[in-house]
Amino acid sequence: MASLKDLRNRIASVKATQKITKAMQMVAAAKLRRAQAAAEDARPFSQRMDAVMANIATAIGDDAASAPKLLAGTGSDASHLLIMCTAERGLCGGFNSAIARLTRDRARELLAAGKTVTILPVGKKGADVVRSEFSEIMMPVVDLRDVKHVGYENAADVARSVLDMFNDGRFDIATLFYSEFESVISQVPTAQQIIPPTIAKVETDESASASVMYDYEPDEGEILADLLPRNVAVQIFRALLENAASEQGARMSAMDNATRNAGEMIDSLNLTYNRQRQAQITTELIEIIAGAEAL
Amino acid sequence: MAETFTFELVSPEKLLLSNEASMVTLPGADGDMGVMGNHAPVMTGLRPGYVEATLADGSKDEYFVRGGFADITPNAVTILAEFALPRAELTREVFEEQRAIAQSDYEAHHKAGDEEKAANARTYLDQLNHLEPTLLPA
Repeated sequence: MASLKDLRNRIASVKATQKITKAMQMVAAAKLRRAQAAAEDARPFSQRMDAVMANIATAIGDDAASAPKLLAGTGSDASHLLIMCTAERGLCGGFNSAIARLTRDRARELLAAGKTVTILPVGKKGADVVRSEFSEIMMPVVDLRDVKHVGYENAADVARSVLDMFNDGRFDIATLFYSEFESVISQVPTAQQIIPPTIAKVETDESASASVMYDYEPDEGEILADLLPRNVAVQIFRALLENAASEQGARMSAMDNATRNAGEMIDSLNLTYNRQRQAQITTELIEIIAGAEAL
Repeated sequence: MAETFTFELVSPEKLLLSNEASMVTLPGADGDMGVMGNHAPVMTGLRPGYVEATLADGSKDEYFVRGGFADITPNAVTILAEFALPRAELTREVFEEQRAIAQSDYEAHHKAGDEEKAANARTYLDQLNHLEPTLLPA
């Protein structure tokens, strides 16, 4: 049985922990607001981008031979690049491991099917999870630890190295793994194929005919050559922003849970402590009374 | 009064402007162009430079843009710029930063032996240098 002093120390230490988790929760809540706003600000761009992509893709049509490889794919699916975006810090519940697990499952599946797989980890936490299994097919981690707010430049850097690899013919299909921010309590790990891009088919006749009439300056091919790499960067940027918001959301709810747990623990420790103190007082009283009666 | 159309200027970070405008002047890949309502659909690349929008109420807004393209339809103009900034916020520091980015791009491509990309970056750098006196009168 722990002594009263031990219990007191225990309570003090749990209280200290609770203070830390509480503070982390509040910090995450503040950061979440900012990350969420950033993700929302970036949405119009990627939406317009998608629309334009769809337009051009329909204009080029099904003539796959003339379409650039970035749009139509290389025609093979032998080698895959998995871009795994995770956080740089832990203590955010299942956030990192959920993304890492999704990537790992996909990698196993592809390897079992005899494909070549390369993993490009962005953020070190996810890399730590899959390193033991896939160390020989993993590329160096893209480190964003010093980046306070993810900017477009960061995404463009990642996109540049991805595109260089693509042009060197080192993979056929690239898939982006990140966590879609749905709400504070729900973040959905998502896999999105970015090379070749999955383009929503334009359904309405109206927009299809509108795209035919487009004039292109300088010309279709050059605009497309400029647009496609940019689209890769935009998709990565979007993933990073969604991730940033998800991470803070996940951390916030994880820390909220931790704070609540600590509270429960303190309650039960307090109960034990009070019982024991009471028992000790009772014992002392009994001793005094017994002593007095003996006289 | 000319017909108005929806004008939107978006950068990857945010939506800078979304408003009714009566005329927009933008630095197209093949030359500056003025766009008014009911323009034929055009998709054009952008050179670095200024976008000037005359809004429906007659006021004018100016933005510095770099990279990207404009999607012009009869009832809307959407500019997707890689980088965009209100003119008032374009200071010499920002300009130098942009130039440094262009310079390092060019050097990186040049070193990698990718002559085509290097030439593109070079063109862009030249455009920036050429624009300097107009952008920032000394």
